[in-house]
Amino acid sequence: MLSYIVRRLAIAVPTLILVSIFVFTLQKLLPGDPALVMAGEDRDPAAIAFIREKYHLNEPILIQYAYWMKAVLQGDMGISLRTNQPVLGLIGDKLPVTIQLALMAIVIAFVIGVPAGILSAVKKGTMIDYVANIVALSGLSVPNFWLGIMLILLVSVNLGWLPASGYESPFVDPLRSLKTMIMPAFVLGTSLAATLMRHTRSAMLGVMKADYVRTARAKGVRELAVIIKHAFRNALLPIVTLSALLFGELLGGAVLTEQIFTIPGFGKLIVDAVFTRDYAVVQGVVLCAAAGVILINLVADVLYFLVNPRIRSTL
Amino acid sequence: MSATSDALLPVAGTYRTGSRAWRKLRTNKSALFGFTIVTFFIVLALLAPILPIDDPAATSWSAVRKAPSLDHLMGTDEIGRDIFSRMIWGARASLIAGVISVVMAVSIGVPFGLVAGYFGGWIDQGISRITDALLAMPFLILAVALAAFLGPSLTNAMIAIGLSAMPIFIRLTRGQVLSVKTDDYVEGARAIGLTDLAIILRYILPNVFAPVLVQATLTIATAIILEAALSFLGLGQQPPAPSWGSMLNVAKNFLTQAPWMAWWPGAAIFLVVLGFNLLGDGLRDALDPRET
Repeated sequence: MLSYIVRRLAIAVPTLILVSIFVFTLQKLLPGDPALVMAGEDRDPAAIAFIREKYHLNEPILIQYAYWMKAVLQGDMGISLRTNQPVLGLIGDKLPVTIQLALMAIVIAFVIGVPAGILSAVKKGTMIDYVANIVALSGLSVPNFWLGIMLILLVSVNLGWLPASGYESPFVDPLRSLKTMIMPAFVLGTSLAATLMRHTRSAMLGVMKADYVRTARAKGVRELAVIIKHAFRNALLPIVTLSALLFGELLGGAVLTEQIFTIPGFGKLIVDAVFTRDYAVVQGVVLCAAAGVILINLVADVLYFLVNPRIRSTL
Repeated sequence: MSATSDALLPVAGTYRTGSRAWRKLRTNKSALFGFTIVTFFIVLALLAPILPIDDPAATSWSAVRKAPSLDHLMGTDEIGRDIFSRMIWGARASLIAGVISVVMAVSIGVPFGLVAGYFGGWIDQGISRITDALLAMPFLILAVALAAFLGPSLTNAMIAIGLSAMPIFIRLTRGQVLSVKTDDYVEGARAIGLTDLAIILRYILPNVFAPVLVQATLTIATAIILEAALSFLGLGQQPPAPSWGSMLNVAKNFLTQAPWMAWWPGAAIFLVVLGFNLLGDGLRDALDPRET
């Protein structure tokens, strides 16, 4: 048990280090002298000298990385050029918003995707299966930023039912928070729902052929109980593991969704940072996103290991 | 590859399954539908310079934000440009970006995957960790960050998309190599003293071909959405050059006055992506040896 977690950690740590090297190297992609770029419009020689000194730009690149990494490990990801706030604090402010959006999107995706997948597997080869597959493929093919724009056009502009943009914390005004977030969460959840539907379908098709399902049927268990209690419970594990893997996709999708609905989250932070050349923020967001993905995958792997006795016994 | 050397050893399955796969693909209605959509857009993009359409960059102050009509089939945009002609020219940016970035991802990813899978050991460890690290960075966030540091342009967007898609191909190829590496014909090739390079090229690569083709088709779909997304964010194709993503970016500011500006580019992205997805799914079914 412990040895599995240790081994799994032994993979996660070098991965994180490589991510940090990559994120650090990003700033070397900047054309020209980074100090000049970071100094902004007024190319004050004193400011440039200060930046060179602060970021150790005169030192060899390995030393620069070591300084940068040491600071990051101490929670110092630099200062935002735009707001003069520490990058980590800025990310900490925006993250809860994106987490709320992502959680709502996951709920919506599960509510749509899982039942659709079960239905499609149970009714394999029928019209229902066919339609569900077409809808899922369409959900995967539709650009979610366009879906968002079309929904704003229909629901906000034409029908006037929901606000087109804005954000309200659920702790201040829960109802308003729900109203502003439901449409973005739906947009973000669509492709996730489609992926979940396809995976639920194939996982269900796999377990429906299993002996224990046949036995349950032979015992005269009602079909609905067979599907839910015997088949679905066994198919659920791979489905939940998969959703952990989709976390990164969700973060990426949030970049666009937050942009369309002007939600002040993690995704909007990186886009705004790109346009204001706030490179420290861009690096911070990429690093945090990747660390989040690695952590969630690690947790998912360990949980999968804990709840699945078959894997446990092979180790 | 000479005929005599082929006769010496049994060849990996892919060539023989070729005609069977093709037959299967032809009878798959949804794959054919996907193929038709994709072909339609490719032809449209190729013919753009000779089609009798308006100049996609010609502005007209007397035709600002006009609804679709016989003069302008899809209406006009905020500075009076013909949306129909911008849609056709925009197909070029989308298709080129989709295809080139995937070609880039495949041509870097497949060799790395081959090397990692074939040689194993510390080479594999190294390449696999780099792949893990690249995969840990969300696709779009990585692409946005790369586009930010490289500077916004269609070329840089393609580089960003290609780099973000590359790890998928490394991992896929590596897995495929591991599954055939110990097969009899590979062992046989090694026994008669073929070099590693010859074994990889002649006996391993053909096995990698089918899954890579399927994945590439599906990744073109993702890459097209990603290019549109980057252009939508202002990090891809730069104005005034037409691209579906940047057209949507402008359109979202005129939703109440000119909603048609937003209809077409999104519908086109949806159709092309659906086409590639249908084709990719069809190819997967046709090339899957388990489903005979």
